[in-house]
Amino acid sequence: MFDGYSSSELVAIFAMQGFAGLILFSVLVLMALGLAIIFGQMGVINMAHGEFMILGAYVTYLCSNIFETYIPGLFCIYFFIAMILAFIAAGALGMFVEWAMIRHLYRRPLDTLLATWGLSLILQQTYRSIFGAREVGVQIPDWMMGALPLTDMIDLPINGIFVMVLTFAIFVAVALLLLKSGWGKQVRAVMFNRTMAGAVGINTERVDRMTFGIGCGIAGVAGAAFTMIGSTGPSSGQLYIVDTFLVVVFGGAASLFGTLASAFSISQAQSIMEFFLSGSMAKVLTLLTVVGILMLRPQGLFSLKIRS
Amino acid sequence: MTSFANRTFTSAEIIGFLVLAALIFVVLPLGLDTFRLNLFGKYLTYAFVALGLVLCWGAGGILSLGQGVFFGLGGYCMAMFLKLEASSPENTAIQSTPGIPDFMDWNQVTALPWWWEPFHSFAFTIFAVIAVPTALAFIIGIAMFRRRVGGVYFAIITQAIAAILTILIIGQQGYTGGVNGITDLRTLHGWDIRTDDAKVILYFVNAVLLFGCLVAAQFVRRSKLGRLLIAIRDQEDRVRFSGYDVANFKVFVFCLGSAFAAIGGAMFTLQVGFMSPTLVGIVPSIEMVIFCAVGGRYSIFGAVYGALLVNWAKTTFSESFPELWLFAMGALFIGVVLAFPQGLAGLYAEHVEPHLKRLLRRSGDVRPAPGATPAPDAAAE
Repeated sequence: MFDGYSSSELVAIFAMQGFAGLILFSVLVLMALGLAIIFGQMGVINMAHGEFMILGAYVTYLCSNIFETYIPGLFCIYFFIAMILAFIAAGALGMFVEWAMIRHLYRRPLDTLLATWGLSLILQQTYRSIFGAREVGVQIPDWMMGALPLTDMIDLPINGIFVMVLTFAIFVAVALLLLKSGWGKQVRAVMFNRTMAGAVGINTERVDRMTFGIGCGIAGVAGAAFTMIGSTGPSSGQLYIVDTFLVVVFGGAASLFGTLASAFSISQAQSIMEFFLSGSMAKVLTLLTVVGILMLRPQGLFSLKIRS
Repeated sequence: MTSFANRTFTSAEIIGFLVLAALIFVVLPLGLDTFRLNLFGKYLTYAFVALGLVLCWGAGGILSLGQGVFFGLGGYCMAMFLKLEASSPENTAIQSTPGIPDFMDWNQVTALPWWWEPFHSFAFTIFAVIAVPTALAFIIGIAMFRRRVGGVYFAIITQAIAAILTILIIGQQGYTGGVNGITDLRTLHGWDIRTDDAKVILYFVNAVLLFGCLVAAQFVRRSKLGRLLIAIRDQEDRVRFSGYDVANFKVFVFCLGSAFAAIGGAMFTLQVGFMSPTLVGIVPSIEMVIFCAVGGRYSIFGAVYGALLVNWAKTTFSESFPELWLFAMGALFIGVVLAFPQGLAGLYAEHVEPHLKRLLRRSGDVRPAPGATPAPDAAAE
């Protein structure tokens, strides 16, 4: 298996594959964060999560086009504005969906799955009608192009590093918001015992709507970040939805750090195996391992010890 | 009428069976040309899956998002047999290695893999169509239900299994036919399955098998097992505390549902003439759930009507308005869940049945239907 590679080449391979794995890790974490809030905290299965992400990606695409045409001078910072707009667009859509659909289904979690699947079909077709069926890519600002040479054989692409930094920042923000802020406390109170939370004066409807909106907004930001490393098509969201759910479930649905750990192990396993096996077999083996572990340990890697 | 039949069917259900039989055995064959009849035969193969879901999901509260896996495995087993028959050394003389399926030859596979060998035998194929998917369902069921994993987590894991199988089939092109699937199937024991006559005969074979499964499902629902399943769906812990081994019942009904799906898959291969990974993955699996939901998740007849209606609408709409179809499908998902959680069967029970009963009561002889499955407001997880 390792024949034909010198030791320095092997180090380079592992470093490059490890780095590719880290980018995949960032993508998984970004996607899973929103879901960890919506599924982990609210118990809603949002099959349209990928489509909220793609919404963020399309907002970024529009932004890059607008900046390029009208204000080329500010093109180098368009991405940050796109990110904020993506958050607002996906969050607003999320709040609307919560109001129109999800709030009627809190007692029927499996039905949220079917309803949001319907929503995902509608959104996909909407994207296809507006943006066309072909994949679109955005123009990356100059400062994000190129690579950072680490040694002779190891190059680290700058856009990858940027996505990682962004992921880290978003993760810290979400963790602070959920674990330290008053809103986070309210969310956890409502999810733990809805009736009791209502009785002590928490407006549970508002908390639900905000939670769902913020979860979707984070998906939108993930989609914006995603445009820096790949192209976007109407049905790209569906490709990732299984991986995302597995990441969240594998990590233990209610644990943010579990999400981090499971995204890390899945992405590294996948990326390192990918070099030695074909991509599809690496994926099959990774998913099989995850499913196998979940069968042994259904509550995931890190589960909260609570009485239900 | 024997006491067995009295226990298993109410008179309303006998009427239901007769109406459905009239539709499938008389109205459709007389009203449609062979091409359309073949299409409806294809829809009916999905009804097997939806029927299995009525038992698992409607009665037992187990939502599997991986029924495409069992449908596909059944279909692939049948397809492997047919493909081997179509790849006799005479038929494949132009290949560099005659006697193996064409896609293997294209992918530089020179010998038939060992796990293809048993599929030369028709008896083994019939056995494998049922046994392979059921065995997989058994393993999944034991692993999950023994550890009391259910509801949402079960749905996500079965979905992941559907994803794994699709990636595996597509990745192992030389052994499975890859994205194209197993195509160009010709004969079953020397009998050409592509002729119009064969298509009509296969339609009726399919319909008879479906009725066999319907009766079996009805029997399960009426038996003590069926009542226990409903109890498990509504209050799993109480059933467990009453001393029943809940996991075994769930494993059984999950295996039964997957066996139904597998029969459907095998009949799909025979009638349509190919099997491909597009029928295995997540998207078809969720669509199969919606056939069941549209028809009514608590009604075995609903499963059949749902599969027929949604697929017919899909074909008709997507022929004329391909863009609108996805919108309509999405709206259907949302509408069924929000407005009609009990599907067509629920609408029928609420709006049509009372009128019918009143009409019948006037003419005399209808007993009130005992034991019609009560549907809870909120389906248990």
